[in-house]
Amino acid sequence: MSYRLGVDVGGTFTDLLLVDESSNQTFTAKVPSTPDDSSIGVLNGIERVCANAGIKPEAITHVMHGTTVATNTVLTGTGAKVGLVTTKGYKQVLQIARSFVPGGLGGWVIYNKSDPLAPLSCTVEADERMGADGKVVRPLKKGALADELKALKNENIEALTVSLINSYANGANEKEVAKIARKALPGVPVSLSSDVVPEMQEYERTITTVANSYVRPKVANYVRNLQRKLKRMMKDVQLHILRSDGGMASSKVAEAYPVNLLMSGPAGGVSGAVWIARQAGFENLLTFDMGGTSTDVALVQDGKAQLRRETTVGDVTVRASSVDVRTVGAGGGSIAHVPELTGALRVGPESAGAEPGPAAYNKGGEAPTVTDANVVLGFLPTEVRLGGDMEVRKDLAEKAIEPVAKALGLSVEQAAAGIIDIVNENMYGALRLVSVEKGYDPRDFALIGFGGAGPLHANALGKLMNSWPVIIPPGPGVLCAYGDATTRVRDEASRTFIKRFRDTSVKEVAGIFDKLAAQAEKTLEKEGVAKKDRSTTYQVDIRYHGQGLLLTVDFELKDLKRKGFKVIGDQFDEMHRQLFTFALESDKELVNLRAVAQGREASIAAGKLSRGSKKPLASAKLGSTKVFVDGRRQQADLYDRSRLKAGNEIAGPAIVLEMDSTTVILPGHVGKVDATGNILITPQA
Amino acid sequence: MPAKIVESKPRPFKRVDMDPITLDIIENAMLNARYEMDAVLFRTAMSPGIREQHDEFPMIANLEGKMVVGQFGSFIHGFKEAYDGTIEEGDMFLTTDPYSCNGAISHINDWLLLRPIFKDGRLIAYAAMFGHMTDVGGKVPGSLPTDAREIFEEGIRIPPTKIYKNDELQQDLLDLIMHNCRLPHWNRSDFNALVAAIRTAEKRVIELSERFGDDVFYSALDELLERNKRAMAKLIKTTVPTTKQYFEDYVCDDGLGMGPYKIKCSMWREGSKVIFDFEGTDPQSISSINFYLNEEMFKMFCGVYMIMVFDPQIMFNDGFYDLMEVHIPEGTLLKPKAPAALSCRTHALGRIFDVLGGLLGQGNPDFLCGAGFSDSPHFMYSGYDKNGEWYQLYAIGFGGIPGKPFGDGPDGHSLWPSFTNVPNEFLESYFPLRIEVYETIPDSGGAGFHRGGNGLSMGYRFLEPGEISIHDDRWLTYPWGVTGGEPGRRSEKILHRADGTIENLESKCDRIKVEANDLLYFNTWGGGGCGDPLKRPAERVAFDVKAGLVTVKGAKRYGVVLNDDLTVNEKKTHNLRAKMAKARGKPPIFDFGGSIDELKKRCKKETGHEPPRQPEFQTWVTAGMEQVKKSKPKRKAARKKKASKAA
Repeated sequence: MSYRLGVDVGGTFTDLLLVDESSNQTFTAKVPSTPDDSSIGVLNGIERVCANAGIKPEAITHVMHGTTVATNTVLTGTGAKVGLVTTKGYKQVLQIARSFVPGGLGGWVIYNKSDPLAPLSCTVEADERMGADGKVVRPLKKGALADELKALKNENIEALTVSLINSYANGANEKEVAKIARKALPGVPVSLSSDVVPEMQEYERTITTVANSYVRPKVANYVRNLQRKLKRMMKDVQLHILRSDGGMASSKVAEAYPVNLLMSGPAGGVSGAVWIARQAGFENLLTFDMGGTSTDVALVQDGKAQLRRETTVGDVTVRASSVDVRTVGAGGGSIAHVPELTGALRVGPESAGAEPGPAAYNKGGEAPTVTDANVVLGFLPTEVRLGGDMEVRKDLAEKAIEPVAKALGLSVEQAAAGIIDIVNENMYGALRLVSVEKGYDPRDFALIGFGGAGPLHANALGKLMNSWPVIIPPGPGVLCAYGDATTRVRDEASRTFIKRFRDTSVKEVAGIFDKLAAQAEKTLEKEGVAKKDRSTTYQVDIRYHGQGLLLTVDFELKDLKRKGFKVIGDQFDEMHRQLFTFALESDKELVNLRAVAQGREASIAAGKLSRGSKKPLASAKLGSTKVFVDGRRQQADLYDRSRLKAGNEIAGPAIVLEMDSTTVILPGHVGKVDATGNILITPQA
Repeated sequence: MPAKIVESKPRPFKRVDMDPITLDIIENAMLNARYEMDAVLFRTAMSPGIREQHDEFPMIANLEGKMVVGQFGSFIHGFKEAYDGTIEEGDMFLTTDPYSCNGAISHINDWLLLRPIFKDGRLIAYAAMFGHMTDVGGKVPGSLPTDAREIFEEGIRIPPTKIYKNDELQQDLLDLIMHNCRLPHWNRSDFNALVAAIRTAEKRVIELSERFGDDVFYSALDELLERNKRAMAKLIKTTVPTTKQYFEDYVCDDGLGMGPYKIKCSMWREGSKVIFDFEGTDPQSISSINFYLNEEMFKMFCGVYMIMVFDPQIMFNDGFYDLMEVHIPEGTLLKPKAPAALSCRTHALGRIFDVLGGLLGQGNPDFLCGAGFSDSPHFMYSGYDKNGEWYQLYAIGFGGIPGKPFGDGPDGHSLWPSFTNVPNEFLESYFPLRIEVYETIPDSGGAGFHRGGNGLSMGYRFLEPGEISIHDDRWLTYPWGVTGGEPGRRSEKILHRADGTIENLESKCDRIKVEANDLLYFNTWGGGGCGDPLKRPAERVAFDVKAGLVTVKGAKRYGVVLNDDLTVNEKKTHNLRAKMAKARGKPPIFDFGGSIDELKKRCKKETGHEPPRQPEFQTWVTAGMEQVKKSKPKRKAARKKKASKAA
């Protein structure tokens, strides 16, 4: 008997999902999070979930975990002191960056640039030069570099990054530098750009590798600590960490390349949403994860989340694959305000966060937030409370929104409705970015809402996007744990290889792909994934020669070998047409080649809900409340989600409550409970 | 004859009231559409100038042609006045001639596309976008000849032309244009990209109009313009004094050994209106440094600058245009008469921002910024490589952003929105060169409480024989400092020949022959400092020294003395600062680094170059100016050319 465990550590709760690998049966548990040392909460949860399942912790063989440690390290600026070695003449590569000043015409007037992630005082130059063709122009001067590195000792750097010009074409000089660094700075971990991200563009490669070094000590500490504690409880357990691209990495690999974990948290949500939606029979969906300060959205087609070759956290953007999650600064805590000069209503990006929080929570917050607007409108009812001990004060919410109403010349309720409309519009903008603006028709997609505030707003977003049904899964936390438990072990190997079709051959390219595949599969082998459970897919980043964009084309290696470059080229033309309305006659150019190896997909059974009639049980109804919607006050029924049965139908306006989320069903819509407990909202027929 | 708009089902729009929320939603959606235009263009364009450096600008205007979202303000009014033809559904206009669109674009490298957007048989909006083409023919690769005397030398000039009629591409016409360019595949792709971006805007506009209804959409655009006008009216009242403010700055030379050229502007407020008068600006140059400045564009520069400095919350559009009046005398550097050459207008264009800053800031010193990287210097390198293939590079230089009341100026950055540098690894893999040095120049940023950003040094090692052209400025005049801040360091270009000789290149030069292994240091200028350098925290100065951005000697400009380990020597610093403060007295509001006469006198010694001669102006221009002064200003004759008959 073996079990796998998904663990999601949220701000308030730690959710766990235990899967019996032989029967695919699942068990869940929810315990309070322990922010000071989250491993304590995890261990408490493990005890709880094991008790629920009636097993001993030793039966768990795999723990799958999504973590926000890397993200928070960047956001809070608490990473390591990183040293950097560049090519002579390039010491200021991070200081200059891409010379870009954000904010439009005149934006420089208010733009203050932050200091580089690796301080200039800890950056040294190596006298060496690699050509763009991968041939050494000038060999490394070793002695001089050794002296420079020794001098860095006084700076007490905690990690070192080596990023030399053109190392994407040949990393030999970087390896030489690493050798010297290990001697000169014993014990300091070294990251090489040719190893972390062997791709063209010196700034992007450098910042990515530096970011890797920056988060490395914190992530390593966290992972090791958790691993050690888990091992104490479960001798043979393997810890896996969810990567930004939705794949799983062993704790060892995660420690060495933590730059791949920057979006680990959101990726867990998306993976979970994909899994849940699939159980409900939907493979094409828009995920909508709305929290306290921000909202993450992503597009999933044929059960696969769109990936992109870039990850942004705060003002750091790195070259690392991640689920293409777009984040907008709109959440329950977003603050509404009316600037005096224009008299326009703006919502966010400032947020009241958890402290002091929305005014309605009576923790000292006074600014009008989106949550306060929801309280005023009656979407967050004050009459009934389930679990948690958060008191909701409507009078305080009204008081907070009053100044906004006054400035706009509206009633408090109208102003609250306005705040909700504006914040919905901001999120709609993000959803459009991942769908319409990429050539996808949102009407072909279902919309799945989760996160603390997602179920409150999902119905409204479905209306704006015309995406149906709107799926509200049970328990937003468990959803992420599902994501953690169901993702596959994954690794990719890539290489920049810039050549026009006519300047290379299928044989040469296929040869490189074979090597990359072997490299990626080796990682899986190390992780103990059996050969029969492994599969490898192939990707190429390609463009018209001279173009700046890169589109990623997936293809079968055997098709390439048999039919040639046409297999890739035709698909690229088609994508280009879909995205930009035209294709070109120009030569096509390969840029990056990539092999992605994956382990077997986990099969777990969704929890089954017992069947009920169309009408919910009388005991499920908690009462009714007044909501302000479509410009007037209306009566809305309140339901207890835990008492709903499969087959129940709830006509809007209605509000469905559960311990950590609240679902709004708008007038003219109906929510149907499916066999696994999702509420599927559609317009009333 | 102004343009005639042809609608198949003309019906007036009804102005309807709407709640502020709907208005905000439409504003948001319009902004999204504008950014989507950029995104589509960047991803599909081919020339590094557009796709990497982002030398392009989008706009969406209401049906009267007023810009609702965009960057540089609308030119549609001027275009409609000058265009003698019809504007119909399915049209897409292309023009590259500044003289035919009242300076909407200011040199013929910029290809401007304009699309009237129709819905159900009536005009509802316009979308427009222009992008800088790497080459449009003419006498030099890159089409930016410093020594051009007439616009005819600067490449193929396209009057407003329907490149699409009834949504059908006029292929013959496009082929004819492409035939005159050195890199037609780039132009073709960039052209397609511009079209795709504009079509995206059109799609979004129609979607929005469908979502909210035509009348609501129409009224919302109007209301957005009015909302902006109300906000700007308040801003103008509180920031622009009724007493006359005055400022002047210079373009250092014209590439022909003459200069500097004065740009002079006065500003005052009358009631709620602010007036700008460029009277006293030098006459147009016989070379190509003229900048055809569109009055509306200047209003936008000015409005945006005010918004950024005083209240960045305001969304900008054309709504406030009635609140500004701009007078630019004809025949001057800023409103040259055809056929004056225009290609190298970048220096005057950039300098306008320094003038604006000085003008608006002197009445509000708390908001005054130093002189910045007011230019986008050009570098061009072209020739045939070993395999007989033509290579041609056009790149923009970056430099020091000035110190500003809100903080230090970044080092080696851009003044222009959305510009980014081209990765050196990209350059090295596509062009026969190596970038051996890519670093900012220590101490080149002006000292100040907020330090000016450093200029950038780029060392180009050429690997093939070829020709280079350089268009730079601020080698004679200084990027000035403000409120106690010092000027930044000036620019220079040093060519180290493979044979060991060293040449100090002129700031503007064309077709300099280079050989394999020659090395060019292209050093841009630093930003002016802002505020008293003696008050900058000494720790921050020490930090910059440790970072290599300021030298130990340079720290003395801040009155900061460092120990050997680069920590602050508190006592010596205290004493030096006291001494310097006493010697200096109350700092002036502007520090220009000397008068023009003084700069010229010191020129040879400091820069190695002869000082420029007093500019010679053309008698036909200056004579004309006298006449204009006497009589009423004459409207320039509209181009009488009929709409293109290419089909």
